[in-house]
Amino acid sequence: MSTDYYRDGEAVADAKAPAGPINERWEKRRFSGRLVNPANRRKLRVIVVGTGLAGASAAATLGELGYRVANYCFQDSSRRAHSIAAQGGINAAKNYRNDGDSVHRLFYDTVKGGDFRSRESNVHRLAEISTEIIDQCVAQGVPFAREYGGLLDNRSFGGAQVSRTFYARGQTGQQLLLGAYQALQRQVAAGTVDLHTRHEMLELIIVDGKARGIVVRDLVTGAISTELADAVVLATGGYGNVYFLSTNAMGCNVTAGWRAHRKGAYFANPCYTQIHPTCIPQSGEHQSKLTLMSESLRNDGRVWVPKQKGDDRHPADIPEDERDYYLERRYPAFGNLVPRDIASRAAKVVCDEGHGVGPGGLGVYLDFAAAIERLGRKAVEAKYGNLFDMYERITGENPYERPMRIYPAVHYTMGGLWVDYDLSSNIPGLFVTGEANFSDHGANRLGASALMQGLSDGYFVLPNTISDYLADGPFEAVDETHEAVVAARKEVDDRIAFFLGNDGDRTVDSFHRELGRIMWEYCGMERTDEGLRKAIGLIRGLKDEFYRRVKVTGKNEQLNQELEKAGRVADFLELGELMCIDALHRTESCGGHFRAESQTEDGEAKRDDEQFSYVAAWEFGEDGPVLHKEALEFEYVKPTQRSYK
Amino acid sequence: MKLSLRIWRQSDAQAQGKMVSYEIDEVSEDASFLEMLDVLNERLISEGEDPVAFDHDCREGICGACSLVIDGQPHGPQAATTTCQLHMRKFKDGDSIDIEPWRAGAFPVIKDLVVDRSAFDRIIQAGGYISAPTGTAPDAHAVPIPKQDADAAFSAAACIGCGACVAACPNGSGMLFMGAKVTHLGLMPQGQPERHTRVLGMVAAHDEAGFGGCTNTGECAAACPKEIGLDVIGKLNRDFRKAAIRAA
Amino acid sequence: MAVSGILLVLFLVAHMAGNLHVFEGRASMNEYAHGLRTFGEPLLPHESLLWVLRIGLIAAAAVHIWTAVVLTRRALAARPVRYASKKPAKGESRHAAATMRWGAAVVFLFIIWHLLDLTFRTVNPVKDVPDAYGAVVATFSPERWPVTVFYLLALLALFFHLRHGIWSAVQTIAGPNSKWRKRTQAIGLAVALIVVLGFAIVPLSVTFGLVK
Ligand SMILES: Cc1cc2nc3c(=O)[nH]c(=O)nc-3n(C[C@H](O)[C@H](O)[C@H](O)COP(=O)(O)OP(=O)(O)OC[C@H]3O[C@@H](n4cnc5c(N)ncnc54)[C@H](O)[C@@H]3O)c2cc1C
Ligand code: HEM
Ligand code: HEM
Ligand code: SF4
Ligand code: F3S
Ligand code: FES
Repeated sequence: MSTDYYRDGEAVADAKAPAGPINERWEKRRFSGRLVNPANRRKLRVIVVGTGLAGASAAATLGELGYRVANYCFQDSSRRAHSIAAQGGINAAKNYRNDGDSVHRLFYDTVKGGDFRSRESNVHRLAEISTEIIDQCVAQGVPFAREYGGLLDNRSFGGAQVSRTFYARGQTGQQLLLGAYQALQRQVAAGTVDLHTRHEMLELIIVDGKARGIVVRDLVTGAISTELADAVVLATGGYGNVYFLSTNAMGCNVTAGWRAHRKGAYFANPCYTQIHPTCIPQSGEHQSKLTLMSESLRNDGRVWVPKQKGDDRHPADIPEDERDYYLERRYPAFGNLVPRDIASRAAKVVCDEGHGVGPGGLGVYLDFAAAIERLGRKAVEAKYGNLFDMYERITGENPYERPMRIYPAVHYTMGGLWVDYDLSSNIPGLFVTGEANFSDHGANRLGASALMQGLSDGYFVLPNTISDYLADGPFEAVDETHEAVVAARKEVDDRIAFFLGNDGDRTVDSFHRELGRIMWEYCGMERTDEGLRKAIGLIRGLKDEFYRRVKVTGKNEQLNQELEKAGRVADFLELGELMCIDALHRTESCGGHFRAESQTEDGEAKRDDEQFSYVAAWEFGEDGPVLHKEALEFEYVKPTQRSYK
Repeated sequence: MKLSLRIWRQSDAQAQGKMVSYEIDEVSEDASFLEMLDVLNERLISEGEDPVAFDHDCREGICGACSLVIDGQPHGPQAATTTCQLHMRKFKDGDSIDIEPWRAGAFPVIKDLVVDRSAFDRIIQAGGYISAPTGTAPDAHAVPIPKQDADAAFSAAACIGCGACVAACPNGSGMLFMGAKVTHLGLMPQGQPERHTRVLGMVAAHDEAGFGGCTNTGECAAACPKEIGLDVIGKLNRDFRKAAIRAA
Repeated sequence: MAVSGILLVLFLVAHMAGNLHVFEGRASMNEYAHGLRTFGEPLLPHESLLWVLRIGLIAAAAVHIWTAVVLTRRALAARPVRYASKKPAKGESRHAAATMRWGAAVVFLFIIWHLLDLTFRTVNPVKDVPDAYGAVVATFSPERWPVTVFYLLALLALFFHLRHGIWSAVQTIAGPNSKWRKRTQAIGLAVALIVVLGFAIVPLSVTFGLVK
């Protein structure tokens, strides 16, 4: 095994989930957790980093409860967190359609969808809370889609057999986030939440083994300050931007999580990344990000490539018998609707064989000609008009006349900081919510479930579990002069001084782009032992070069976007290596992680439950990461091999 | 293609800014406007110059961060399109393009093309919400809402808080932004109890923040990337009149 | 602003209608002017109706100008820096920004001249107060064509002011939905046209000798 890259450590002792029947565990946990007297809450200070669904909902709710909350985000307004971009919808086991949905079914689907690499207790709690989320959001005035009778509309999403997805046109994340944002602003006005926009957390402060604060940089003035509290919550989102090109916003980063990791927090399952099959392909070197086209397009579009390699005729001139509808061919039962990971990999396979279309041969056709013929242009326009317009704005091609080109792109990261059932990391006082933690999706996330998890964590789970920790507070006062605080601050100062003083000649972006290419090539849709080893070597080399040659202009005492990026890319370089190591050690294929060595005869992913039914929680070590395994047990859903033939 | 750019450069809030000219070559038609600026910035950095600062994040037209006035038009020449979704094929080889920040007293420039839009957050703090503390909600189906109302509320709620309306308004008024929120919440039954205090509070915060008064010129709606219409301003006015009379 | 503007519009409509008495000849016009002054006599003092109207008018004008100044100053503070690059407006009231304030200044100067001309007769050849008809005919006599041109220019400014002002006032007071907004815009345009044409026809008729 690859022990030249990492060491084995002790197994994770306890994830703290209560025992007993699964549907009573959350109830039990809430009852056994200690409470904080309302009068004492005012004396307790909680830092929440992040204002996405997970952060804003937590900060608002903690403020309502009466804690003193300090909330941070790097954007100019808390409303711009990346959650705003989610399109499709949010799941909830309301069974409003009477189509057989239930908490148990949502639980079951999510565990199975995660390819049996998530915790049953967590997922069940998520399914239970899902219904409360919808109630909460409706009360806040979130304008969900409704039917003529005035009740909420639902749709089925991501291949689910029941209609449990609530949505607000194609902008569900935006509307949910605005609900949380408004709740948060209400607390700001009430004086319970101190909100700091354009502030970036650059270091975690640990005093006597407990998380007690953060070091932040004011992105406008460059002022570095140390913020102290009784507990710290990270809700800092996902790290898909390690691939440079992804569907994530430009600012998404791993810095908060990575700094905590370097201070001792475990990073779990970093290699689990979700690649979304329907994104607009890259058009050139200048490309800065990739745009997701809703998954719903696959309901009516047919995916194909020319049979003849390098065929550059206009798609309309390619006759039927010279087209390869490869999804329909390989997966006759599910056809164009196979799950995300399968559709993505299949596209890569045909492009690697040279059948790809568009610039660089990195694209496949998503063709609506048949749908237009069958339903009429009007109907297609009504269903997908806005998506078609967006496609045309970006590519300049008219999808009514010429099939869309699509290609897979990195979309979501299932890995993240390790947390127990209480959403506490292994550092006491450090809690992690939303995409930043690893908790509920296992090796693969189902559509419309990230929004659910972010809000579940922020509105309902964390405010209930954090009180058990805070019941011991307020903790002994620390101030700016404490040696741990001074040391953390110095680390930040030194790093900034290094970047600004480095006499380099290469831009930060050029390193980021190169890292992205390595990650995509070797730690993307398909991973091999050989490729990953190569990638680790390349990343180490790149990191070396980064510190020698990176060039950052300007000074600290100003808005300096290059300096911001430099810090983020430095952390991505370290994360990228850990992702490859994690991918290398997991020699099975599961969910978003496909190891070419572990496949069935017909090329499908092969899980290895004997060896790998565990969470890989990595501890930072100066001489390489240390692996702690948390065994996964399945009492309620028996692991089976997925099949979509 | 080849372009001549004139870009507003201002090193910080206090500094005196000016338009600076740059030539840029080999711009791809397929690049977005911001990607074109990325290319320029890479060049500036390698020449040891300070790159042009601008706000952006999602680059998908939804976060509301991007904010450039291109040739005198907030978000540029293409209707219903944010700057980040504007692509270079909308321009011609040899074009010269002026790029300026949002101009408004309530949105002071921080650096180059970056402005401070926190005044919008303060307007929301003054009432742009429904008070529904976590855990107090009835079942989502307890109150049906007519589909037309829900759809209209959604259309108003689609505002991304970009501030283009203010940048376009000859009076520097934030009425369209404020009207969008008042309309969204005012169309929902949940929003009724606070309807009057909301509009009074938000208008007071708006005036306090230094936005101008609306004289209905309608430039805001023409610039809005989310096609929020002037009817939200009408609705705001109506609610404001009722609330002011009730409060008097 | 909106309320005072609407009051001014009402005054203008009435004034315009009154002016059309000119076409009924000197007697009818002067009788009308006289009637306004002697309304209610001997029960009410001389010119009482006129003064009630005048006070209302002066109050409306004062409020209108005061709010206009306040709004304009706020606008200047809210938009302290101009764009280097200017594009033609493309909103629903695209002439408003360019014409409302300049136009108002023109109308303001016009009203001063107009009062000196037809109310106080300072600059009018006909000083005999009851002879409104004579004063009108005299002021627009062909040799005094620059006066007529000035009136017409002012009316053009007034046209733009009203065209925007009327729907703007309705939008401010009533807040119509999209359908009604479009209708109010059409009504504003129609009223502005009628008022301004109704006014313009008088000086034109005199200048071109239709009314002597
Ligand atoms: C295009 C797209 C579409 C999607 N569609 C769906 C969907 O339909 N359904 C679904 O369920 N999920 C969807 N997802 C996934 C989902 O949107 C995200 O997983 C989720 O919103 C993450 O929320 P979050 O609160 O954890 O993080 P984010 O919303 O990313 O928020 C992170 C916050 O942390 C702050 N932050 C980060 N680092 C720092 C730092 N160092 N200092 C200070 N602040 C920091 C940021 O400012 C921000 O406020 C989609 C994702 C993408 C990219
Ligand atoms: C002394 C001359 C006048 C001045 C200085 C003046 C000034 C203004 C100004 C500055 C506005 C604000 C609109 C904008 O800035 O776009 C305005 C609006 C308006 N004006 Fe005038 N005006 C004058 C005369 C008149 C007259 C004679 C009328 C009517 C006959 C009138 C009717 C209106 C109306 C209806 C509005 C719209 C109110 C609103 O927007 O709510 N104005 N005026
Ligand atoms: C062009 C055609 C016009 C003609 C022929 C005309 C004629 C007159 C006359 C004859 C009087 C005196 C009435 C009297 O004292 O008995 C008068 C008064 C007045 N006019 Fe006009 N007018 C015209 C246009 C306007 C316009 C466009 C305005 C305003 C914008 C206006 C505003 C007034 C005012 C404020 C008075 C004073 C009213 C008073 O005495 O109380 N007029 N006009
Ligand atoms: S109303 Fe339109 S222009 Fe104004 S902030 Fe909202 S989206 Fe931007
Ligand atoms: S442009 Fe300005 S004047 Fe009113 S209608 Fe829009 S806010
Ligand atoms: S960058 Fe998000 S809207 Fe343009």
